[in-house]
Amino acid sequence: MRGDHQTLALVLFSAFIVVTLAITTWVSRNRHGSAEEFYAGGRLFSPMENGFAIAGDYMSAASFLGISGVIALFGYDGMLYSVGFLVAWLVVLLLVAELVRNVGRFTLADVVAARMRERPVRIASGTASVTVSVLYLVAQMVGAGSLVALLLGGSGPAARTLTVIGVGALMVVYVTLGGMRATTWIQIVKAVLLMAGAVALTVLVLLRFHGNVNDLLVRAAAHSDYGKDFLGPGRAYGGSWSARLDFISLGLALVLGTAGLPHILSRFYTVPTARAARRSVVWSIGLIGSFYLMTIVLGFGAAALVGSDAVRTSNAAGNTAVPLLALNLGGGAGSTGGTVLFAVVAAVAFATILAVVAGVTLASSASVAHDLYASRRPRTKPRVPRQRRLRPSAAADGHSRAEPEEAEAGPRREPRSEVSVARYSAAGIGAVAIALSLLAQDLNVAFLVGLAFAVSASANLPALLYSLFWRSFTTRGAVWSVYGGLVPAVLLVVLSPVVSGSPDAMFPGVDFQVFPLENPGLVSIPCGFLAGWLGTRFSREPADPVAYAETEVRSLTGAGAV
Amino acid sequence: MDMQQGREAAAVRPDGPRYGARYGAGGADTAPAGDRTEDASPAGVPGPRREVPRAYTAADIYQEVQSSAAFLEVRGRYRGFVVPAAIAFLTWYLAYVLAATLAPGLMAHPVAGAVNVAMIAGLAQFLTTFVLTWAYVRHARLNRDRAALELRWTVLDRGVGQDAGRGRAS
Repeated sequence: MRGDHQTLALVLFSAFIVVTLAITTWVSRNRHGSAEEFYAGGRLFSPMENGFAIAGDYMSAASFLGISGVIALFGYDGMLYSVGFLVAWLVVLLLVAELVRNVGRFTLADVVAARMRERPVRIASGTASVTVSVLYLVAQMVGAGSLVALLLGGSGPAARTLTVIGVGALMVVYVTLGGMRATTWIQIVKAVLLMAGAVALTVLVLLRFHGNVNDLLVRAAAHSDYGKDFLGPGRAYGGSWSARLDFISLGLALVLGTAGLPHILSRFYTVPTARAARRSVVWSIGLIGSFYLMTIVLGFGAAALVGSDAVRTSNAAGNTAVPLLALNLGGGAGSTGGTVLFAVVAAVAFATILAVVAGVTLASSASVAHDLYASRRPRTKPRVPRQRRLRPSAAADGHSRAEPEEAEAGPRREPRSEVSVARYSAAGIGAVAIALSLLAQDLNVAFLVGLAFAVSASANLPALLYSLFWRSFTTRGAVWSVYGGLVPAVLLVVLSPVVSGSPDAMFPGVDFQVFPLENPGLVSIPCGFLAGWLGTRFSREPADPVAYAETEVRSLTGAGAV
Repeated sequence: MDMQQGREAAAVRPDGPRYGARYGAGGADTAPAGDRTEDASPAGVPGPRREVPRAYTAADIYQEVQSSAAFLEVRGRYRGFVVPAAIAFLTWYLAYVLAATLAPGLMAHPVAGAVNVAMIAGLAQFLTTFVLTWAYVRHARLNRDRAALELRWTVLDRGVGQDAGRGRAS
C-alpha cells in the first residue's frame, strides 16, 4: 500500500512542478530583465491576486505541518502560533503595509534608507533581511525533508538529503527564470491548493465528530499524553521559568516579526497603490485567519484520531501529524480513500514548501542585489560624490534629496546588471539554505519559523517603525537598531539550547549553551528598539527635517510613489 | 469605490499605464519600460536642465505640504486611529500570552464541556483581529483616502506639473 500512495503523491507533485514550471516559462516569455519586473512583477497585480499571493507566501508548510503538529503533541500551547501569526497582520495592516508601499521601491531597506545616508543603512538592512530569509528557508526545507522521509518510509537520510537539494534547485529555477511575476502566480496557485486541502480535511474531521467540537476536544485530550491538561496552557511551555519566558518570547516574536519579513514586505510592491496594498492585506487576513482556525481543528483532530503517540513515533517534532491525519480520515492505512487523501495532502504540503521557498529566495536575492551589491559598488557618476554624505547641506543638495529613489536608480546601478546579480545570488542563497537545512533536520519547523520571526522583529521592525514615525531618527540610529537587534538575536540563538547543550540540539555533542531560552525575542527585540534610540541620541549629525518631511508626506499621501 | 480606485490608479503616474494595461497583453512592454525611462531620466538624461530647479522645488513642496493644515488633518486622523488601536490590540494579545504563563489555572478553567477559558480567549483573538481589520479599512476609506488623494494631487500638480511644462517648452 505504501507503494500506492507514494506513486500517487509523486504523480501529483510532479504535476504541480510541471504546472509551476509552465507558469514560469509562460510569464517570462517576453521578459526584459528590468528590475521593476524582476523584483515587483511590474506592480500590476490586483489586490485580490496579491492577497492570495501574500497568504500563499505566509501560510508556509511550517504552519500547515508544524502548528498542527505542535497542537497534536502539546495541545493548547500550539494555538499560540495560530493566534500570533494572525494577530501579527494587524501590525502589518495598521502600521506598515500602506506606508511601505508608498515610500519604498523593492525592498525593506528602500524605506529605511529613504531619509538616511544610503550606504550604511542599506548594508545593515540588507544583511538583516538576508539572515531572516535564510532562517526562514531552512525552516521550509526541513519541512520538505521530513515530509519526504514520511512519504518514502524507511529510505531514510539519503532521500531527505536529495529532497532538500531538489527543492533548493527548483526554487532557484523559479526565481531566476520567472522573477516576481512567476513567483506570485505560483503563490496564488499554491494558496488555492492549500486552502482547498485544509478545508477538505477540516470538513472531514468535523464530519467524523458530527460537528460536535466538544467530542473532538474530549477525544483529543483522551488520546494525548496529558489527559485533561492537554486543553490548557503549559504542556509545551510550562513548568520551569525559562520555559514560560520562552513562551512569552515566542509570543512577542510571532506578533512583531511578520511586519519585518522581507518576503512579505516585497509583496506590497506588486500592486499599484497603497490602497491596493491595504486591500490585499485585507484579503490575506481573511484567508490567513480562516486557515489558522483550520490548523487548530486539524491539530486537535490529529491528536484525537491518530493519537499523540503515533504522531511522535512518525516524527519526533510532530511535523507529520497532518499527513497521518489525512491517512486516517480517508479510511486508514491500506484503504483507497486513505491513500488518495494522504497523497493529496503530501503533495499540497510539498507544493507549499516549494512556493514559499521561491518567494523567500526572491526577496533575499533582491536584498543582496538591490541593497548589498548596489551599495558596495563604487559609484560611477560624478553627480553623487561627497555631497550626499554631508547632508543636510545647502539648497543645491536639495535636488538629490528630492526624489532619492528615482534619482539614484538610473546612474548608480544599471537595473539590468543588478537583476543578473539577483539571479546569481538566488543560487548562492539556495546553496547556503540547503547546507543549513541538512544540519537542522530534526527541529520542529514551526519552531524554526519562530526563530526567523524573532530575528525579523529584532533587526527589521525597529528600524522600519522608527524611520516611518520618528522625526529625529538618524542614520546612526538606523544602523545601530538593525545591528543592535540582529547581533543579539543571532548570538542568543547560537548560545541557546537549540544549537548545543541539549539532546535535540543541532550539535548535540558539544555544549556552549549559555542562554536558557530557545527563542531570543524577549531580549533581542527590546535590544533593537533600544539600540535605535541610543544611536539616534548619540548621533553627531541631527536628523534631516527635509528628508523626514518627504518620507512623511509620501508615506501618507502616496505622492511620488513608484 | 471602484471609480475612486480607478482615479487613484491613474494618479500614480499621469503618463503611465496602470490597471488599464495588464501585463501579458500587448501592454506588457510599455508598463515596465515606461517606468524605467521615467525613473532614470531625472538624473540620467539631459541632467541639469530639468534636475536642479525641479528638485529644489520638490523638497520645498514636501515641507510645505507637511506643514499644511490638510496634511496635518490626514496625519492626525491616521495616527488618531492607528495608535490607540495598536496599543489596544497589542495589550490584549500580551494579556492573552501572559495569562497562559502566569495564570494557567485560570486559562484551563472549563467553560462549557471541554472548552476552557484559554480556547475562548484564543478564538476571541481571531474575532478581534477580524473586527479591527474591518474597522481600520472603513475608517481609512471614510476619513482618510479622499484627503490623502487630494494631497497627492497637490504634490503632483506642483512638482510634476511644472516638470511637464518644461517638457513642452523644450
